[in-house]
Amino acid sequence: MNFPVMKAFRHPIPALSALWLVLVILAAILADLSPYDYDIQALSEAYRSPSAAHWLGTDEFGRDLLTRLIHGARTSLSVSVTAIAISVACGMALGAAAAWFGGWFDRAVTVTVDLTWSFPEILIALILVAIIGPGTTGTMVAIAVAYLAQFTRLTRAQILTLKGETFIEAARSLGAGNTHILTRHLLPNALAPVLVSAMLATGDAIILEATLGFFGLGAQPPVPSWGGMMSAGSALIFKAPWIIIFPGLMVAVTVVAINLAGDALVASLDIKAKLRGPI
Amino acid sequence: MSLLQLADVSVSIGQVALLDRISLSVGKGEILGLVGESGSGKSLTALAAMGLLPLIGGRITGGAVAFDGQDMAAMTEVQRRSLRGRRIGFVSQNPMTALDPVTRIGAQIDVVSRLHLGLTRAQARARTVDLLTQLRIPEAATVAEAWPHQLSGGMKQRIVIAMALAGDPDLIIADEPTTALDVTVQAQIIQILGALVRERGLALLLITHDMGVVAQLCDRVAVLYAGRLAEEGPTAPIFAAPGHPYTRALIGCIPTEGMAKGALQGIPGTVPGALAFPSGCRFHPRCPQAQALCRAEAPQGNPACHFPGGADV
Amino acid sequence: MMSYLIKRVLMLVPVFLAVSVVIFAILHFIPGDPIDNLLKVGSSPQARAEMETRYGLDRPLPVQYAIWLGRVVTGDLGTAIVARRPVADLIAAALPHSLALGGLALLFSSVLGVVLGVVAALNRDGWADRAIMGGVLLGSTMPSFWLGLILMLVFSVGLGWFPVSGARGWSSLVLPVLTIGLGGTALVARITRVSMIEAAGRDFVLLLHAKGLSPLRIQLGTVLRHALIPVVTILALRIGWILGGAVTVEVVFARPGLGTLLIKSLSQHDYPVVQACLLMLAMAVMLGTLLGDILQAVMDPRVRASLS
Repeated sequence: MNFPVMKAFRHPIPALSALWLVLVILAAILADLSPYDYDIQALSEAYRSPSAAHWLGTDEFGRDLLTRLIHGARTSLSVSVTAIAISVACGMALGAAAAWFGGWFDRAVTVTVDLTWSFPEILIALILVAIIGPGTTGTMVAIAVAYLAQFTRLTRAQILTLKGETFIEAARSLGAGNTHILTRHLLPNALAPVLVSAMLATGDAIILEATLGFFGLGAQPPVPSWGGMMSAGSALIFKAPWIIIFPGLMVAVTVVAINLAGDALVASLDIKAKLRGPI
Repeated sequence: MSLLQLADVSVSIGQVALLDRISLSVGKGEILGLVGESGSGKSLTALAAMGLLPLIGGRITGGAVAFDGQDMAAMTEVQRRSLRGRRIGFVSQNPMTALDPVTRIGAQIDVVSRLHLGLTRAQARARTVDLLTQLRIPEAATVAEAWPHQLSGGMKQRIVIAMALAGDPDLIIADEPTTALDVTVQAQIIQILGALVRERGLALLLITHDMGVVAQLCDRVAVLYAGRLAEEGPTAPIFAAPGHPYTRALIGCIPTEGMAKGALQGIPGTVPGALAFPSGCRFHPRCPQAQALCRAEAPQGNPACHFPGGADV
Repeated sequence: MMSYLIKRVLMLVPVFLAVSVVIFAILHFIPGDPIDNLLKVGSSPQARAEMETRYGLDRPLPVQYAIWLGRVVTGDLGTAIVARRPVADLIAAALPHSLALGGLALLFSSVLGVVLGVVAALNRDGWADRAIMGGVLLGSTMPSFWLGLILMLVFSVGLGWFPVSGARGWSSLVLPVLTIGLGGTALVARITRVSMIEAAGRDFVLLLHAKGLSPLRIQLGTVLRHALIPVVTILALRIGWILGGAVTVEVVFARPGLGTLLIKSLSQHDYPVVQACLLMLAMAVMLGTLLGDILQAVMDPRVRASLS
């Protein structure tokens, strides 16, 4: 294969990151094949430290931690990925419309986006979850809204840059209409940087999802999520620290992998490293 | 005796060879014009002469650069640094980006004389104001307190020249000093540079792509094409009878008075990139008189042409 | 400069109004009624209506907003419905803790972040660069509450160096500051490094080399100065982040502060307190952007020139 994208993963660090991500995604998809059931309680097995039978130990109800981590991957990943997908779709539409139509609409969008962007995502998400109510849906919507500003900003900037370029002028002079230019020329060209930044934002979203879960606002028991597991584990940190250590490591390693793989993509696609900065 | 001498200097960045056995020399009171189109390696030659190639990841792979008879490769980095600014002044291409936007004009010039001549703050400022006055900048003391963005392009280029002169150098390397300026300002800057050489007996290496400027100002000319020297020698004979077809083409690009309409010629094609230098004579794909020999074998000598003067055509 | 300052401060007024509307509106979308928390189970509808009248909750929303805004502007933040104390008192009790934590975390992450960013930029692509950027990335990908708990486990429980939680004395600040600061360090280090590398490639830096200045002097004297302009701007924008983003860390370490107050009042549906907390954070954000603009003007004469 000769795609430049493949080249990015020839070096060991991006390759390992991609491998880890593939493993986590596979675990999320095939979670039902895990050796134990995620919500079968066996109090006699509670608080077991890591052993051959329970590789990562058991929690306060005697549930296998590895099993719950794998099922947690399903919850955390699906919530984060869906939320970011919604955010990207809405952000691109909003950003493209703002850049394309300009005028008061553009100004209104810009001001709103700048204001929300100055607020920490966790605060926006906390308040939204308070409005919508806790659970996976609430978390998803909250994360989507929290990152909306970022994608609107980026798409708007991309479209504004592209708008002045020659090939757009050419298309226009050939008689192409607004919708045609926007959907066939501008959005596809703005897509690559937005997608890469969406990938990096998915990492942040996983952390945000875990934080909401930690506050007890994410997926509700007995459905496991990484944040929910850490929430339960935080009370037991002195008694059974492994309950909180492993989900946290899972989050950290996965987000590091997303960042490293994303950086490799940025380098291979020759997208300016700037896009990841909040400038 | 020549002040700056490059002997068969080859330069690479990474694995890519960019300059191939360049030889030139400039003596005191002499102006050498180094000409060529963009991408021919002129700026690289300037960096090599100042020992600044490492800044862009480049290195000298062959030959030697000597300043005042001393091999620069044999010097320590500190010794080379004490040449830059002190004995070699540098004037860069774009005055709009050559000055630090957040430092006042005067301070940017003062730093050179304070560093190299050991002047105090007050002495350095007096010297700076004096230099600016010599460069015909009105209200020099006020200008020294100004910020770069408050000056015009021509003024900024004079400031850059003042920075180059502040260490009282023997050699000035000017890399396309007029390219970014308006035509009227270009003439002033060229005039200033010419006067410096006459009045102070400086050596000047003037990098340019403008054959008109060379004809007007330079004692000697060196023509660079795709990282190789095409021709080198005193200006007048070369302009009278250019030996290399590329030199001839460059001279053909100068508009002159009374020229017939349509007589002004361009050179077809562009300078090849370093990754795709042609075989043999690197000019052959664009040369009107290229023969089989030109494609096969790189010409040696000066002019570096198998058929100098176009004799056989 | 002075007229710019005045203009810039006046520009904050419409933004403040917009933010206050949003905050007021959002709060009334939150389901759940604070009155429910106050009434005993089985209270009569009359008692409920009486209570609503007492807190002005029976009036139309725009009227409630106008009354609220009028009071806020005069410094009266109302009375907490659940805590039954003036909201201003609650805020005044929480704010110093938030400022101490946020300020120290900001200081910590700027100093450490700039130093790490400079070292990484000077050793670009070398082992020090890789190690620093790798470490910084790791630090920024750990959820802050988790990092806080792990630090607590190691340093408070394991080594016994710092108190586990609470806000008594300076030693109780160490771990929370570290927890928040490490995340910020990553951001500052990354921006410092990128802007240093970008600034080092500018034309005037080449000219400094041609003047014979030593590379270290050029890097620390000129390149760093240019690199700090974006860093300072972003740090100023982050003031709101540091105060608001401390929510999780305050909860983990059971520290009083705006974050804990916000979370608690949010779960109790105590509108006046939530509104006041959000308003405080919004004002911090606005002051941050103002500070950022001013610092930029101080550091860059071109910005100053474009103002007048």
